[in-house]
Amino acid sequence: MLKPRRAKYTILLFIGLTCVVAALSLLSLSVGGVSVPLKEVFASLAGRNREASNLIIMQFRLPRIAAAILIGAALAVAGALLQGVIRNPLASPDLLGVTGGASVAVVAFMTFVTGYSIHWVPFIAIGGALVATTINYVFAWKKGVSPFRLVLIGIGISTAMGALTTFLLISGPAYLAAQVLNWMTGSIYGTNWSYIEVLWPWVAIFIPLSLLLAKELNVQSLGEDVARGLGSRLQLSRMILLFYSVALAGAAVGVAGTISFIGLMAPHIARMLVGNSYKLIIPVSAFIGAIILLLADLAGRMLFQPLDVPAGVFTAGIGAPFFMYLLFKRKKI
Amino acid sequence: MNGSFLSKRKLAGLVVGSILLLICMLCSVLYGLHQFGLKDLWLAYSQFNGSNEHLILTRVRVPRTLIAALVGASLAVAGAIMQVLTRNPLASPSVFGVNAGAVLFIVIGLLAFGSSLTMSGMVWLAFAGAVATSVVVYMLGLQGGGFEPVKLTLAGACMAAFASSITSGIILINKQSLESALFWMIGSVEGRNLEHLLMVLPYMAIGMTISLLLAGSLNIMAIGDDSAKSLGQRLTLVRVLSATAIVLLAGSSVAAAGPIAFIGLIVPHLCRYIVGHDFRWLLPYTALVGAILLVTADLASRFILESKEVPVGVATAIIGVPFLIHVARRKQHA
Repeated sequence: MLKPRRAKYTILLFIGLTCVVAALSLLSLSVGGVSVPLKEVFASLAGRNREASNLIIMQFRLPRIAAAILIGAALAVAGALLQGVIRNPLASPDLLGVTGGASVAVVAFMTFVTGYSIHWVPFIAIGGALVATTINYVFAWKKGVSPFRLVLIGIGISTAMGALTTFLLISGPAYLAAQVLNWMTGSIYGTNWSYIEVLWPWVAIFIPLSLLLAKELNVQSLGEDVARGLGSRLQLSRMILLFYSVALAGAAVGVAGTISFIGLMAPHIARMLVGNSYKLIIPVSAFIGAIILLLADLAGRMLFQPLDVPAGVFTAGIGAPFFMYLLFKRKKI
Repeated sequence: MNGSFLSKRKLAGLVVGSILLLICMLCSVLYGLHQFGLKDLWLAYSQFNGSNEHLILTRVRVPRTLIAALVGASLAVAGAIMQVLTRNPLASPSVFGVNAGAVLFIVIGLLAFGSSLTMSGMVWLAFAGAVATSVVVYMLGLQGGGFEPVKLTLAGACMAAFASSITSGIILINKQSLESALFWMIGSVEGRNLEHLLMVLPYMAIGMTISLLLAGSLNIMAIGDDSAKSLGQRLTLVRVLSATAIVLLAGSSVAAAGPIAFIGLIVPHLCRYIVGHDFRWLLPYTALVGAILLVTADLASRFILESKEVPVGVATAIIGVPFLIHVARRKQHA
């Protein structure tokens, strides 16, 4: 059980994080190429806005903000799960071939299929991510998978996937390269409700499921022998946790392309804020991921108007200083 | 098996490796779009006549092969030291922010000086960027008293991400003016000059010398801080020297050939599988294997696609990944 003071801090932290997300969302809804007064924003949300701004709010900005929150949270939780299983601070979903697999699948799809609809891309990407991680898992299987073998082979698989992507790009026509590179920079502009419909079930299902396994993750992070001694069914729960992580990251990558930094750093930021229990790390990471992506998207929209810079460019630019501050302030990690 | 037999075998391995490297380098000089014989190479240096063939050999093939060999060796050794310094088998020189910092400085330099920035200016900028970033990362790693590998690793990963974020931001806003930055952002040994290698060669050599001299101390550091201290190891000194070696090696590599990933990460793993954990053997082996891998990859990159060369990173992956998977599967405790 948490000590009273600790519990109070935790509750305050969650209230604070919720407020930050809410405030950022409102700000994002109201500012942009056309700024909309907050009053009209509230009216739109309540469904009582008769102004022209209603369309901007409900059809352009709201889906985009929903996407930022969902994707940020999904990537952050995917990273937290992976760091727990792999027990390496440098682990992130990219290392398991999630991003690489998604990229190859999308590039191959765009190269070989003509007359495709852009709405297929998220599914293709998720499929690619799952295939790549399955290959990784199979290669790493030798009477069970050891986390280190998994990640070492994962690096190999991601590198091979990256090579394959480059290969397809340079052997294919030039216009394709521009299209694919655009997708790969990780952006959430042009998100509409149909993307959200693809995305939200993954997040709504897998984040709660991950929370249910938080205790298992705590046990695993103590090390293999301790976990086995405590009666953990190591291989099974490891596989389930990895699957959750890939599902979350794959869905996020499918919709937004590659967004770096969040999967790697949001869990570390969460750990610095709430300590080592995954029951807290998972939800706090989700909040931090959502906040970073909201801010990055906002910055991408506002800083270089009228250019709309992909959010993936700014995630590190915004997250890194904050992380450095925490690193600076804290004596221990 | 007794020790002397083992070390004889390891020594023989080094000799075989060196011969293999020489053969690979020779193939890399002779084969490509234009094929040459040994005699052409000899004539190109003894009786240089300014013909196209001789120009290709002396200005293109030989520089490119030398750069590939030296950069491959440097990156691999830097990676091996990085992995023991951060106590993280997933670390590579790029975790120090070396690559990201170099590219960032080049982009800023192009923004400030435009086309008046010469190629050699860019080499120096890249080197300066690599050094500056790693100094910042090392300082951050020391924050809050005491050296913690995790702190260093995270600070480095964070700085690298931060630098690349700023780089892509700058490039996005000034698309046209930064075409030449793109050339630098894709690691390649092609189209680089021997002069640029010679500019950074002294630093590379110093870095390599420090690394080899440190081998014994690295062995002790690898056991763990407390044991190392009780064995009389001056940990801070060893760490600073290791960091210096990494910066010199990886910084001059990125200055000479742009960011080349993967080699610094995987070659140490391959070599630990071959010769074990003793750094006195590991470092020479990593240097050799790194050189062989990059030279071979560069050679292969000319033949994978009929019409054009593929980036050397693609070829490195094609050659390196199967070995990596094999080693990862064979290892008991990685």
